[in-house]
Amino acid sequence: MKNPCYINGIGAVNAQGTWSDDPFTHIAEISNPLTMAIQPSYKELIPPAMIRRMSKGIKMGIFASQQALDDAAMGQVDAIITGTGLGCLEDSEKFLRNVLDNDEQFLTPTSFIQSTHNTVGAQIALRLGCKSYNFTYVNGATSFESALLDALIQMESEEANHVLVGGIDEIAGQTFVLKQLVQEVKANGTEEKLRDSQSPGVNFGEGGTFFALSTAKKDNTYAQILDVSIQNKSATEELTDFVTSFLTRNQISLADISAVVIGNNGDLVYDKYYTSFCTLFADKPQIFYKHLVGQSDVAAAFGLATAAFVLKNQIIPEAIQWNAVKHSALNYVLLYNQYLGKDHSLTLLHHVET
Amino acid sequence: MEELKEELKGKIIEVLNLEDVAVADIDDSDALFGDGLGLDSIDALELIVLLDKEYGIKLSDPKQGKSIFESVNTMAEYIAKNRTK
Repeated sequence: MKNPCYINGIGAVNAQGTWSDDPFTHIAEISNPLTMAIQPSYKELIPPAMIRRMSKGIKMGIFASQQALDDAAMGQVDAIITGTGLGCLEDSEKFLRNVLDNDEQFLTPTSFIQSTHNTVGAQIALRLGCKSYNFTYVNGATSFESALLDALIQMESEEANHVLVGGIDEIAGQTFVLKQLVQEVKANGTEEKLRDSQSPGVNFGEGGTFFALSTAKKDNTYAQILDVSIQNKSATEELTDFVTSFLTRNQISLADISAVVIGNNGDLVYDKYYTSFCTLFADKPQIFYKHLVGQSDVAAAFGLATAAFVLKNQIIPEAIQWNAVKHSALNYVLLYNQYLGKDHSLTLLHHVET
Repeated sequence: MEELKEELKGKIIEVLNLEDVAVADIDDSDALFGDGLGLDSIDALELIVLLDKEYGIKLSDPKQGKSIFESVNTMAEYIAKNRTK
């Protein structure tokens, strides 16, 4: 019998602000190609001497991780596992800019130290005084799901009972321009909400989302994570197989799914995957979330938070419902995400009676 | 010299990203490390690069750093005597 994995706490910083008990009521749907995260005050959490060296990604990670731990009333953890697609991009760009501008001279240590992808996980561990397992996954748009899969394995195999897992990505100027040049991001001046998107590319976002996971459930447990599956490549016609084999290995059928959470991002070229996925669940409530946080390599972490919220509260707020199908009891929720036709992931959650 | 000290304070704040510190908050004789501004070893490296990049001074002997980086006063004096740009 494998140990279960419960979501006992959530923390987030994104374009909507920070995670709350009521995250989907007062929302601002994004419609610009670039939407920054609304930054909370970090001064209460991080000493001034440390904060001055931290990039946005590190600060968002520290805030979200602490919020998740507080939400779960969890002190120390057995593992800290993070996922990030692009890492601490601001410092990476700053360091590379210095290399170019100063002809490879006068390179200072701070931005180099902070530019490494595992900086966020390391800073969280330093702050908590946690010397346990610390791992960072940099796997494109499945960076967070890879971290989540590791967490699940750690807990199921009794290596860890309490795990902090999260995804963080920040936007930096030059990378954003490059993403626009290759049309991964919508052009400047485009103003399209996700539902009304008429163009290729996405509205880009940033943020950090963390989860305090535990093998023991509590009164305020959100949901149980049953399984995660990642597939780097898939044609739309192979999607059905990917989904059905995933459900079969979890001994449930399509009909058992109460609702799906989809990572559609308004990219006219690649949203066909979500259209295809949704045809399998046409009679189920479909939930979307990237109109609130934008696309990033770890946006799926907010999708998991959304699914957990829905399962815990047994409601689907209007702001996140993609179709018009009404829900009944929400037991199993299936998440599907992909980006640019690659990095497909499925995550299965189950309702927990507390 | 006063002008150089003011300039130096501004550069220290900028390079070390001292978010809540203004030029007026730094006294010429305040200790930069320890009880004063509370800078650390990474800041010391940043200051060495600052001297090189802005004033053309290369510190060949790291032991010199302790006395040079004692305060804005000592830094300004050293820069005034040794600057090449």
